[in-house]
Amino acid sequence: MNRKLKGASRRSVLQQFGAAAIGLSFTGGLSGCSPAAQRERVVNFYNWDTYIGPTTLEDFQAAAGARVEMSLFANNDELFARLRAGNPGFDVIVPSNEFVTRMAQANMLMPLDRTKIPNFENLLPDFKDASFDPGRQYSMPYTWLVLGIGYRKSAMLNGETPDSWRFLFDSDQYAGRIALLSESADLIRLGAKYMGLSVNGIPDEALKQIEDMFIRQKPRIKAFHGDNGQDLLASGEIDIVLEYNGDMAQLIAAEGGDQFGFVVPREGTLINSDCLCIPAGAPNPDDAHALINFLLDAEAGEKITTEIQYPTPNAAVAARMGEAYQNNPVIFPPSDVMGKSEYGAFEGDDRSRVYEEMFTRISAA
Amino acid sequence: MEQSWRRAKAAFAAIALPPMVWLLLFFLIPLAVIWAYSFGENTGPVTIDLTGTFSNYLRAIEPIYLEIFGKSVVIAGITTLLCLVIGFPVALAIAFASPRAKIWLLLLIMLPFWTNLLIRTFALIAVLREHGYVNFVLEWLWNNASWVMTFAGLQPLGEFEPLKLLYNNAAVVIGLVYVHLPFMVLPLYSALDRMDRSLMEASLDLGAGHLRTILLVVVPLAAPGIASGVLITFIPALGAYLTPDLLGGPDSQMIANVIERQFKRANDWPFGAALSFLLMYLTFIAIALQALLQRRSEVRRI
Repeated sequence: MNRKLKGASRRSVLQQFGAAAIGLSFTGGLSGCSPAAQRERVVNFYNWDTYIGPTTLEDFQAAAGARVEMSLFANNDELFARLRAGNPGFDVIVPSNEFVTRMAQANMLMPLDRTKIPNFENLLPDFKDASFDPGRQYSMPYTWLVLGIGYRKSAMLNGETPDSWRFLFDSDQYAGRIALLSESADLIRLGAKYMGLSVNGIPDEALKQIEDMFIRQKPRIKAFHGDNGQDLLASGEIDIVLEYNGDMAQLIAAEGGDQFGFVVPREGTLINSDCLCIPAGAPNPDDAHALINFLLDAEAGEKITTEIQYPTPNAAVAARMGEAYQNNPVIFPPSDVMGKSEYGAFEGDDRSRVYEEMFTRISAA
Repeated sequence: MEQSWRRAKAAFAAIALPPMVWLLLFFLIPLAVIWAYSFGENTGPVTIDLTGTFSNYLRAIEPIYLEIFGKSVVIAGITTLLCLVIGFPVALAIAFASPRAKIWLLLLIMLPFWTNLLIRTFALIAVLREHGYVNFVLEWLWNNASWVMTFAGLQPLGEFEPLKLLYNNAAVVIGLVYVHLPFMVLPLYSALDRMDRSLMEASLDLGAGHLRTILLVVVPLAAPGIASGVLITFIPALGAYLTPDLLGGPDSQMIANVIERQFKRANDWPFGAALSFLLMYLTFIAIALQALLQRRSEVRRI
């Protein structure tokens, strides 16, 4: 298998030399290469940064015979903008819950063929269906994650745990030492959560109050970060930050990481789930299904989860992970705050624009 | 004898055609598409109807966006002024250096271009942050001064407080000056290098001091270089988005950041296109002003 693959890839390099390739395909025919092996199979995987196991792609190539070309995006907006004018050749993408709905509504996703994804059975029952993708028609869950508060333990007043959004949104206790994620929708929805409202269907009067609250808080905020809050915390620039639990778990697991903590505030938070999807017009849907199935495999998933430290929606993977992972309160926040947490639903593009304009006003104020 | 290009039309066409086709295909046509979008309306997540509406422009001239435009102009203006003040002596020094030194100095000016803007900006973060190199040096000086004072029997200085150099508007200006300084130095240098030195000597011989000579002789002679330096510094600084994004604080939003978010997060291309074109009209005004100033200075010289 392996040797055959090598031959195929060498051939495809030579094919680019035109005349030389003719001679070679002739000898290639003689040596009995199967037609399927003539062209190297490639899966174009568009993923988040630091979101894969160290050997996952090689393992897939060894198992399925297709090479994975991975490129990276920084956020859902970048992913959406790249695919907006048509799929430039990606086979597997990893949008978050809200964007699964948005892209499915815009006919940008291909329905998944469940018969090609037998590892679906590995998933936890809660993740076999999803409100943002009824019947899991277009998406398979890859990870789930929550936003919470990352902090430097030594900088907290009287060693307290900052277990309320108040410390980030509505208090001068850590003035000048705060960084917030620069995602308009997340900020505004968490503002609603702080006020005791649902993150979805926020009434207009509440939106006004949330905007005023952030404008009041702005002089105390040091920076809006583009998902590098854990780096700001580690470099000593700030003491308290709005971040994802997975990013904070990576920082805490690193050397010297025990000086940092992470807490999901008692008001509850936003749950996100990054999902594996196949964009419409994918050049290689067969291998795309194979890759998705492989990523949901127990052993492959274990390697990924060990590396990225995000919560897994995969029962088979969770069973293989050690206790240090299973009982990590950063990765799996306590059930009482999880009970108060919600997925942010896609509420239409007009709603996103309202949030965006609020953020522009907050930044300009 | 010089030959008019009219005499060699075929040769002229052969040389001019490829760049013009390139410009048409990859600049004018895409720009026209964006321009058309600015008169469109969103009808779905990925569909835009070109209805000829002016609503995007009406929204773009709402006070909130005009304020952000104004702020961007101020930041770009301060950047340009600082570049001019810092760049003029540098350009003067290079112009008067020995031919050998000149090559090395020009190379030093160009050197930053060999590195990607993003990497240069991250390097600046490492220099400016609270646990960065500037604060390291200051802390070292502070602690030594404190030690000397204790040694002299005085009260030692208090705890060192790192300067907050990052995540504010000053950091944005520092970043923009750093990035755009070569754009200012190079046109200034080429203007100063071509200048007739005997005019300066005459000025000095006739009793003007060095400062007066620079202000009354060198600066007017270098005016075209100053004007083009100001222009090619101001325009990219006005449209900067990476620098305010990475170095700025919650207050440092510039118009290009708003435009970027329209194309990404807000998924509102028509509005983003309208904002982009307003920015472009501002640029045109700046170019027209420069042309006007230049013509006036030429008339004066005649």
